[in-house]
Order: sequence, then structure tokens, then C-alpha cells
Amino acid sequence: MSREDVLVTTQWAEENLNTPGVVFAEVDEDTTAYEGGHIPGAVRIDWKTELQDPVRRDFVDKEGFEKLLSAKGISNDDLVILYGGNNNWFAAYAYWYFKLYGHDKVKLLDGGRKKWELDGRDLVKEVPDRPATNYKASDQDLSLRAFRDEVVDAINTKNLVDVRSPDEFSGKLVAPAHLPQESAQRGGHIPSALNVPWAQTANEDGTFKTAEELKELYENAGLDTSKATIAYCRIGERSSHTWFALHELMDLKDVKNYDGSWTEYGSLVGVPVETGSNGGK
Amino acid sequence: MSDGCGAPEQTAVVTGEDTGDQVVVAGKVTGGEGALGGAYVRLLNADGEFAGEVQASPEGDFRFYAAPGEWKVRALHRSGNGEATVDAAGPGLHQVTIAVA
Repeated sequence: MSREDVLVTTQWAEENLNTPGVVFAEVDEDTTAYEGGHIPGAVRIDWKTELQDPVRRDFVDKEGFEKLLSAKGISNDDLVILYGGNNNWFAAYAYWYFKLYGHDKVKLLDGGRKKWELDGRDLVKEVPDRPATNYKASDQDLSLRAFRDEVVDAINTKNLVDVRSPDEFSGKLVAPAHLPQESAQRGGHIPSALNVPWAQTANEDGTFKTAEELKELYENAGLDTSKATIAYCRIGERSSHTWFALHELMDLKDVKNYDGSWTEYGSLVGVPVETGSNGGK
Repeated sequence: MSDGCGAPEQTAVVTGEDTGDQVVVAGKVTGGEGALGGAYVRLLNADGEFAGEVQASPEGDFRFYAAPGEWKVRALHRSGNGEATVDAAGPGLHQVTIAVA
């Protein structure tokens, strides 16, 4: 896949705000951002209340996804352009989620909300009124999603890519540096994991690095591209960003996102945990 | 424990604030006419490695919960960029102002 198959530029986005069949969707955990101003015509998807099961720690099921997209006025034939704050973490998670449920006409806005704002482009408060659709989802494509037992089996076998910051990887911190550090789980990482922080795949303005730059980054980090790869972080959204880089931009075939990530693994009884900055090699 | 990874609302520091055992790097982004809201503030370690990013509040406030060490904070805004350094050797509040030009 080429970059144009999976990403659109902010310039392209601005030129296609009113193109029929193109739907912009802002995906965030902090929905006040959307309320304060969003890309004209964009609908809102709330990562926490709309993409997560309200009771169990899991996704909304297929019927729930169909109901959500129908209510948002998104049809199966629409090209959905996802964007959000936090360097597109939650938008990348939604992208992976859309792919999981079989929606292939989806792209990310390169640089997300940050790039749009840094460009000085317009944000509006008007909420679009899109007529409901009758969206049909496919069953989850589990070739894109890793669960805990597969992750434990992958130690020293597959590539494990821990995309958290070096201080989270080593165990000094148990959450990103913009969050308070209270936590019950253990600090550290999955043995044999490489530490390639998600931020190394992005430029300062939030756009993704080129496929060539990404290849060099992962080669230098010791990623064996002949092997299957599982990416993880703390709750699975930063690793969706890396899954996007590996699977969509570098075109590696067998890449899964472990959405259970460190909040699950770091709380499991009996599994091995490594601390320090050494990692995979 | 936070069940998300997005940054909480950015609030101003309070003089004498008790941060407990947390190493807090916090401050304000300023522009030509005082406080500058909405800049993207990046926390970078001594090697320039990215550690975190928040969007400053409308009043220009930002806050990180870091590991002890020397940090650089860099602000990006449509009107320009700016950066500053701060030595956050241990728990407590470490204040820093970033001037954007």
C-alpha cells in the first residue's frame, strides 16, 4: 500500500470537506476538544463511551458497531477520514477497529487535529446532521488482534514491540508523563520486547515519517521483518498508531495490536516481567 | 488509575502545591501579549527523546508527571515555537515558562 492509500494530507482534507461519500470523524477520549471546535462537517466518535463495552473490558460487539455507525450516518460505501488529538492515537485505534470490523474505505488525516491547528485551518462548533444509515459490519478480523496467551507465547519467538516511552518501558513510570503515576500494576515490559516509542514514528507536527524512515528506524531497533509482530503499549491506542506504521505504511503482513497491553499484562499472575532499558536484543 | 491515556484538563499551578511523591513539571506558555493558549507542549529528555505531549489550556497552562531528571519543554503553536529547560531532580513542583515567538 502506498501512503496515499491510507493517509490524507490536511490540504486534501480541506479540499474535500464537501465531497459526497467522504465522511470526517473526530475520535477522542477527551470529547471537549470536539465541542470547542472541529473540522467542518466532522462527526464525533467518543473512544471511551462509544468504542468500548460499558461493562466488560472489550470492544463493542459487531451489532454495537453497526448501530454506532448507522447512528453517525456512516454507510458501508463511505470513505471515512479519521482524525483526533494526541497525535492521532485514538483515531489510529479507531482506524484499526474499522479494519477489524471490515470497513476498508478508511484513512487517517496525517498529523490529525494538531497538524490541522498548526496549519491555522478553520475549526467550527456546528454539529452536522447526517441521516441515519443501515450499516453492516463484518465479523472481527482477528488476524489484526492479539490476546494475552498469544503474547506470552510470543516471548523470544515473535517480534514484540513496546511502543511506550523509555521510562515506562524500564519500569520507572507506569503511565505516560502527562498522567499522574498512580497504579496498582507492576512496572516493566514483556521479556524480549523491543522498545520503539510510538513518537519515533512521527514528526513533530504529528505526521507519520516516510516508509523509508520507518524501515530504518525498525531495522536499527532490531526488528526481524521476516517474523510476525505484536505491538503493545498501556491500553492499546498508542500501539494502534505503531500498528498503522508497521502494517499500513511499511506493509508488513503479520502485525497484530495487543489492545490488552500493559494494563492487562502487567497485572497478570505468573507471567515473566523484565525491567530496565535493555529490551529485546 | 486513569483508564485512558489522553491528557487530563491542564490547570494552573497553585503556589505551595503539594505534589506528594510526583515529579511535576508545569508552567505556562507565553506569546507576544502574555499567556498563549492551545499550544502543543512536548516533554523531551536530555537526549531530545520525546516523553509526552499535552495541549496547553486556554490560559497557557501545562503539566507533566515525569521521572526525575533534566527536561526540555517545547511548545508548538500556529504563531511559532519556543522551548525551555528545567531541572526536575526529585519529587515536587518544577515550574517553567516557555516563550513562543
